[in-house]
Amino acid sequence: MGNDLLNMIELRDFNLPTTKNEDWKYTNVAPIMKNNYVLGASLGYENHLSTVLHDFFFQDFDYYKVVFINGIFAGELSDLTGLESGIIVDSLSNFQKNNSELLSRHLNKYSTIDNGFNEINNSLSSNGLVVFVPKGKVVDKPIQVLYLNGDKTENVLSVPKNLIIAEENAQVSIIANYHGIEGKEYLTNIVTEVYAGKNSIVDLYKIQSEEENSYHIEKVQAYQEANSLFNHYNFTFGGSITRNDINTCLNDENIESHFYGLYLAHKKQHVDNHTYVDHAKPNCMSNELYKGILDGESRGVFNGKIMVRRDAQKTNAYQSNKAVLLSKSAVIDTKPQLEIFADDVKCSHGAAVGQLDENSEFYIKSRGIPQDIAKSMLIRAFAADVIEKIKIDELREQINHLVFEHLNRVEVKNN
Amino acid sequence: MLVIKNLKANVEGKEILKGINLEIKAGEVHAIMGPNGSGKSTLANVLAGHGGYEVTDGEIYFEGKELVELAPEDRAREGIFLAFQYPIEIPGISNATFLKTALNEVRKYNGKPEATPKEFMELLREKSGVLGMDPQFISRSVNVGFSGGEKKRNEILQMLMLQPKLALLDETDSGLDIDALKIVSSGVNVFKNNDNAVLLVTHYQRLLDYIVPDYVHVLSKGRIIKSGGKELALELEEKGYDWIKNDELIEENV
Ligand SMILES: Nc1ncnc2c1ncn2[C@@H]1O[C@H](COP(=O)(O)OP(=O)(O)OP(=O)(O)O)[C@@H](O)[C@H]1O
Ligand SMILES: [Mg+2]
Repeated sequence: MGNDLLNMIELRDFNLPTTKNEDWKYTNVAPIMKNNYVLGASLGYENHLSTVLHDFFFQDFDYYKVVFINGIFAGELSDLTGLESGIIVDSLSNFQKNNSELLSRHLNKYSTIDNGFNEINNSLSSNGLVVFVPKGKVVDKPIQVLYLNGDKTENVLSVPKNLIIAEENAQVSIIANYHGIEGKEYLTNIVTEVYAGKNSIVDLYKIQSEEENSYHIEKVQAYQEANSLFNHYNFTFGGSITRNDINTCLNDENIESHFYGLYLAHKKQHVDNHTYVDHAKPNCMSNELYKGILDGESRGVFNGKIMVRRDAQKTNAYQSNKAVLLSKSAVIDTKPQLEIFADDVKCSHGAAVGQLDENSEFYIKSRGIPQDIAKSMLIRAFAADVIEKIKIDELREQINHLVFEHLNRVEVKNN
Repeated sequence: MLVIKNLKANVEGKEILKGINLEIKAGEVHAIMGPNGSGKSTLANVLAGHGGYEVTDGEIYFEGKELVELAPEDRAREGIFLAFQYPIEIPGISNATFLKTALNEVRKYNGKPEATPKEFMELLREKSGVLGMDPQFISRSVNVGFSGGEKKRNEILQMLMLQPKLALLDETDSGLDIDALKIVSSGVNVFKNNDNAVLLVTHYQRLLDYIVPDYVHVLSKGRIIKSGGKELALELEEKGYDWIKNDELIEENV
């Protein structure tokens, strides 16, 4: 395919953050900018209609299936059979056609444009996932969304813009499953907005297994109404440079938010997680548990910001970030950022960085178990409290599998 | 079975064991007693091969093999088992996975076939039955949420499953109520035969009512300062350690 037919995008045209920006201090995006990109939408997905996608999906449980290829909704590859009427799972563009009034009430209402990546998404995105769960409805199965990105011959830029709307008393569980196509370097740059209405429950799982020559940027912005519960589960395995911004705004009372994260990196992978929990009103609770496993010359960044505004009395906010370094060259930069303007609050944060525990390793080896398996057991043990939070039973062991696959270590599984 | 000659060991540059001599033969039960901090756990850890302890002098022979250079997993496979004073918790790894992995590693090393799932379950049922353990424990993570007594029981279960030649029991009795003490002791007695040996570290004579030692040694400041038969334990219970220390001082002054 001749490049002249395709619209090349130069990232220089956008004002991308540099390491002079405090929020991007440890993440240098210059490598991302060295390519010019072809927009995923201009490639189409016809040549993937026969691609076997089965292996990309998490298996052994029932789910609604949605496929996006380079940011474009592939209806033919999706399967939403049995979805209760009133619940909508569709592409942003279709949703726009059929429900423009509803869309305009939510789209771009929660997320602001914070940086050049958000700007790129905003100005170039024409597609993405919309999940709409009307008042009182419960989606009976998780919605598993495969985002397959990349191309053999082009540097692709995919810009999904996702919108999840759970109205009052609605419940939904979504698995955003990112994979790559072997080939040229590519950039996936996502914005996801979540509206959790009164008394709703939204579980959002993100499992990022992109190619190791890819760049992956996502901003999640949630907005929560009274009594809602938002759980975000963030697993990072792939990508050369990954940056997640996970934000939620707790804008009424009795809201609960949980951010769970597990990130692994080896070789020269770079994983940056920024979280922001904004407590605006009283009597809410937030809890963050992030864990990193870093091998090789990889680098991890964790920055957890908790804002407790003046009105937000009786806030409970907890944050814990732990990282284990499996090699001498791996690095982690971690920073809690607490800004508390209310006086009657309970907030705590803790960070710990270390190696696998020597005494625990000795205990395991003293039972005849060799060093490599002992280390794998300790890796599994380290990740366990995050993985145990996954509510979908079958998903847990599959995530454990990915841990060992990506670290290229002998797998330990319970059976 | 085990011969220790003039063993000296350091922890973080500090000499803890200052020349231990000890011989344990198959079929024997030895008890080591001694004040806190005297080096009992250090000795047990050195025998099991903990990397944090540096052997600076002396020799350890197990079944004729020099141990000092052997990795801890290989010592375990050769038949040394250490029941920890403070068993470690391993979240996310079930007892079943842990035991099965350990059992099969030991078997492989000794040229035996791996246990089939059925064999494993039968063995497990038999051994956990001896210790009156709730079968539910098998799917729980290793020692996570176990009470102090349950952890000690779990150590003995691991020992029964692995059938070592030499069992080092480091204060397996501490923290046990009287019923648990009886159960754990009966586990050790079930294990005990003429081909294996037990070295138990304890502070309490009461354990020795259930597991009767052939020899009792007193470890103080990194040295065995007195050895005797099981009566020695009774004497220690009555008089404490000071009278030996005084004896020893007199000997040294001579
Ligand atoms: N990892 C370590 N780092 C520093 N010092 C240590 C370490 N392990 C043991 N020691 C020191 O070595 C000495 C002997 O300790 P050890 O645990 O062997 O005593 P013990 O006889 O088992 O005592 P207890 O009856 O209290 O269990 C103590 O002074 C202890 O502080
Ligand atoms: Mg001790």
